[in-house]
Amino acid sequence: MSVTTPSLSDSLAARTLAGRHRLRWWEPLPWLLALAFYFAFPRYLGFGTEVLIMILFAIALDLALGYAGIVTLGHAAFFGAGAYTVGMLAKNGIWTEPITGLILAGIAGGLVGLASGLVLLRTAGLTLLMLTLCTMGLLEETANMAAEYTGGFDGLDSLPIKPLFGVFEFNPLYSNTQYLYVLAVLFICFVFVRTLVYSPFGQSLTGIRENMLRMHAVGAPVRRRLVICYTISAALAGIAGGLWAEANAYVNLSTLGLDRAATVLIILVLGGYGRLYGAIVGAVAYMVLEHYLSKLYPTAWQLGLGLLLMGIALFARGGILGIWEALTRRPDRSKPS
Amino acid sequence: MTALLETRSLSKNFGALLATRDVTFALEAGARHALIGPNGAGKTTFINLLTGVLAPSSGDVLFKGRTINEVEQAERVKLGIARTFQINQLFRGLSVLENVYTSIAERVGAATNMATPAGTRRDVIEESMALLERLKLADVAHRTIAGLPYGRQRLVELAITLGLKPEVLLLDEPAAGVPSAESHIILDAIDALPKSIGVLIIDHDMDLVFRFAKKITVLVRGAVFAEGTPREIGANAEVRAVYLGQATHGS
Repeated sequence: MSVTTPSLSDSLAARTLAGRHRLRWWEPLPWLLALAFYFAFPRYLGFGTEVLIMILFAIALDLALGYAGIVTLGHAAFFGAGAYTVGMLAKNGIWTEPITGLILAGIAGGLVGLASGLVLLRTAGLTLLMLTLCTMGLLEETANMAAEYTGGFDGLDSLPIKPLFGVFEFNPLYSNTQYLYVLAVLFICFVFVRTLVYSPFGQSLTGIRENMLRMHAVGAPVRRRLVICYTISAALAGIAGGLWAEANAYVNLSTLGLDRAATVLIILVLGGYGRLYGAIVGAVAYMVLEHYLSKLYPTAWQLGLGLLLMGIALFARGGILGIWEALTRRPDRSKPS
Repeated sequence: MTALLETRSLSKNFGALLATRDVTFALEAGARHALIGPNGAGKTTFINLLTGVLAPSSGDVLFKGRTINEVEQAERVKLGIARTFQINQLFRGLSVLENVYTSIAERVGAATNMATPAGTRRDVIEESMALLERLKLADVAHRTIAGLPYGRQRLVELAITLGLKPEVLLLDEPAAGVPSAESHIILDAIDALPKSIGVLIIDHDMDLVFRFAKKITVLVRGAVFAEGTPREIGANAEVRAVYLGQATHGS
């Protein structure tokens, strides 16, 4: 800051803040790659669809965990709520149109998030972690017991999802339609989350993550903000679950379980949480690794993932993107953490 | 004349410990008031009662003559009561500018906006930078808190609170740990505040207290021990015995 600077808002800090939401040159890349994948690997579109859905799920989790700092191990509750909403409505012939079905899945996820968030977000830390886990356990057991509606342990299969726009069939053997459909929904949701995290509301969520005590002291309605964030995150997870049910034409307890909740958490930690693109990098890295390791070592592939995670937890808290940032950052913005 | 912020027979106990005993206190508009007392006198507890972090066991807190016992912490901030913390409470992973932006965005009601980027609120950024300039922090505005020297962090602590443009400003040891070369920046910033706002400062630094305060309240074991002008307090033999004498030997 020198005396000759015409305006304070021209300073480095002000320019950084004023321009941080602008599109960077590399941001279209993931989307171009996703489209290229569609043409390059037509035989892997089922796998690709699965990855895209996990990306959306991880982005939903990132909003709550990475930005607002809500520690949760039960996010599959909302994924499952969305998936079962689509599944039960379709199986009983009540609602089979995919796009509106997704909206209903989002609403279902959001409602579960709102109801549980109003209670859970009075707590923090380990208590919160355990309560999110309990909520998910309750839902899972409910889905298991209410077999008449949910199919119980077997789930609901052969869901009669209508063709997209009445034209494009969801063929379970060739996932072309599913892939592009999921990619489009993911893109819309991503743009929404990106807008949100760069907004003043997103800034206040980051403030809550960094210092909740101080956010109270600057007059922020902290709990209301957290509940809103949690609800939005849950709705997005519900949409991801709805996509999963539609793309696979079935739904089962795996959508609701700890396995899925833990996987999405691992994906986010691997990619780097609170970084928006961590969800994308993490999901791709995790699922590609899983794919190849399980082919190479069908019995012990999880060992490889475990070692990788230990490495990340010990040496690279910021995940893959954190490593990248450490390699490329400017020294004056260094952030020892 | 109604005081800006007052307490009537305010008490707070933690189990058997009486942290605040029957304190009746008034902070007038335009006051430059200091609260002093030995360690464990209950000064920070008193601030926590004023700001709504703690609920009183008995007695009332009033703002402009209205009881605010039931008013939550965040709403008291909206009324115009703001504080700084004895131990820095900053957004450590964010830049200095973002720290102040977060506070000002809250005051002007921008923080509920989800749809447009934070960077497009030029007014908030301009105001943040102007505030940082006043506190000689503009040159480090882009830096992350964690990388700043402690004295600079202490100024950010003050900047976040000043961004709220409070009517009542409660400063909990604002200059603690700040090198003497920089502590004048804090005092200058307080001097430059609008005359109408009431400032209550808690500090151990007697030079600072006597330079700053027009009125001093001495708190001992949770109760008001003495109150008066700096001259009166300085001349009070009992106060010297319990407190001032100690301070010259202590830290």
